[in-house]
Amino acid sequence: MNFSQAIREAIESLSANKLRSGLTMLGIIIGVAAVIAMLAVGAGAQNTITGSISGIGSNLLFVFSGNMQEQVRNEQPLTLDDANAIADPFQVPSVAAVAPVVQGNAKVTFAGEVANTSIMGVTPDSQIVRNYELTEGVFISEDDMLARASVAVLGPDLAEKLFGRRDGVVGETIRVEGQPFRVIGLLQSKGGSTFGSQDDVLLAPMTTTTARLIRRTRERVDVIYVQAINPDQVSQASEEIAEVLRQRHRTLLGEDDFTVFSQQDFVATAQTITNVLTIFLGGIAAISLLVGGIGIMNIMLVSVTERTREIGLRKAIGARRRDILIQFLTESSLLSLFGGLIGIGLGYLIAFIVGRVAAASGTPFIPQVSLDAILLATLFSTAVGLFFGLYPANRAAGLEPVEALRYE
Amino acid sequence: MSAPDAVIRAVELTKTYRMGEVDVHALNGASLEIYRGEVVAITGPSGSGKSTMMNILGCLDRPTSGEYYLDGELVSSLNDDQLAAVRNRKVGFVFQSFNLLSRTTALANVELPLRYAGITKGRTDRARQALVAVGLANRIHHRPTELSGGQQQRVAIARALVNDPAMLLADEPTGNLDSHSGKEIMELILTLNKERGTTIVIVTHDPAIAAQTQRTIRIMDGKVEQPEAAR
Repeated sequence: MNFSQAIREAIESLSANKLRSGLTMLGIIIGVAAVIAMLAVGAGAQNTITGSISGIGSNLLFVFSGNMQEQVRNEQPLTLDDANAIADPFQVPSVAAVAPVVQGNAKVTFAGEVANTSIMGVTPDSQIVRNYELTEGVFISEDDMLARASVAVLGPDLAEKLFGRRDGVVGETIRVEGQPFRVIGLLQSKGGSTFGSQDDVLLAPMTTTTARLIRRTRERVDVIYVQAINPDQVSQASEEIAEVLRQRHRTLLGEDDFTVFSQQDFVATAQTITNVLTIFLGGIAAISLLVGGIGIMNIMLVSVTERTREIGLRKAIGARRRDILIQFLTESSLLSLFGGLIGIGLGYLIAFIVGRVAAASGTPFIPQVSLDAILLATLFSTAVGLFFGLYPANRAAGLEPVEALRYE
Repeated sequence: MSAPDAVIRAVELTKTYRMGEVDVHALNGASLEIYRGEVVAITGPSGSGKSTMMNILGCLDRPTSGEYYLDGELVSSLNDDQLAAVRNRKVGFVFQSFNLLSRTTALANVELPLRYAGITKGRTDRARQALVAVGLANRIHHRPTELSGGQQQRVAIARALVNDPAMLLADEPTGNLDSHSGKEIMELILTLNKERGTTIVIVTHDPAIAAQTQRTIRIMDGKVEQPEAAR
């Protein structure tokens, strides 16, 4: 018996019992569809998260006060002077621009509309470092800083909340914590929801902010954003910044009281998290594939019992042990292979629908069905069919022809 | 008739089954010879060891002791797969209940032994010729469910003959048929013997069937009853 005959015969006998074959396949279909959909959702989530982090800027570094790993005594805050020291090209040659930020939350009102939003006191360099693009107006200037001007640049989501529109807002006067601010610019949407929306934000000159909105002692800042001169220099820059800050904070010995974090670090962390998520979801889906495999085994055992006489006859007219084994293994593998193929289609569809639902609810999120996942699902489901078909097929092949022919 | 032309030569066959604590001797030193071109009936009451004898002659089972030569080949000591190959090449089975595969056509049923023999060239032609030989030229593509009992048994005979076996072994071939179809099937079997010289062994308890054969071998209490009654 050659291969194509075995397959043709298996298809004939499977189609003789269409409902049963269909229901058996359903177990595999659901299992494979779940695996494909879960892996696709996991991969999509990873892409969205890393994409939104990358949107921040690939050669960006963050400097926080405090140490996340070790307990440090007498922690000194980061100050504007620290930021200026990092900006010094002689001490820190790998740094292109520095943007210290103070941040907090405030109530913003306009003509009866109230919005609670995050406000950031920034310097003009923020525009370069944070990659801010404006759709209209201008960014905060050095003059605004010196004059402590009451001016603000709005994120598009905030503009939407206050004015109900995303354009033509320059020149309006809004109130931040009851104090009037003139809108001078509107940011382009950055999307991304990983750290809360980057679009629901109000930017004001740092000097104005510390004087009138967020009280800070000793020119303290919350974060210093640093742009390295290019992405390859990020780790170099990180070293240099740490060196400068250790000297300034007099922590040359002992633990650092600050943390330098690069965008790559964020990406790596996010990837670890989403990988765990994907493995978790995929594992749950794999269990349903296993259950589907047990379904195949069950139905193949029934089939062997039902066809005992047929097996006896086949043996009587010359079928060897191997012929019967191949016959039943082909049937179970085909069941799971077809189930797998349909499952891939269904999984693809589910992933697509999840993507559509996510898009409709405002989260741009594209599930990714990778070729790896398809190959894995096909291989795995066929292997499941082979593995769970092995016992019933072996049982069929081992039947004694005399007994099998006598079976009623 | 001389010994070298024996298609079947069984020497002192015994077969012991163990049923619980008791040993049952289904065959107890049975010897027989069947010659090429003969039509022989094997008869005996139920429990005589007739079925066991048939299983061993058909290479479906091995004797506990004794030697069995089929077509000059010692088959009593072969393993399962070797026995399968011997059944495929040298024995054609015809069963009481036809035992056709109901999902496939008459042609595919007849082709089956050729498939297991690994023959691909001219397989369909040979199967078609076998069906023509049993008078089913116009029923080739029918499924067993679309055929009458007599026609189904003809398909089974065609399947038994397609590999040109040394012997056709029929187990109550007319048992499930009405008397008319039964008569036709017996005529067909006897005609095949005359025209092709096929050796035919019919296992039956029907004296009317046994009477149509050239020789009857009676099995009694696990032994072949002597003397062999020649017609």
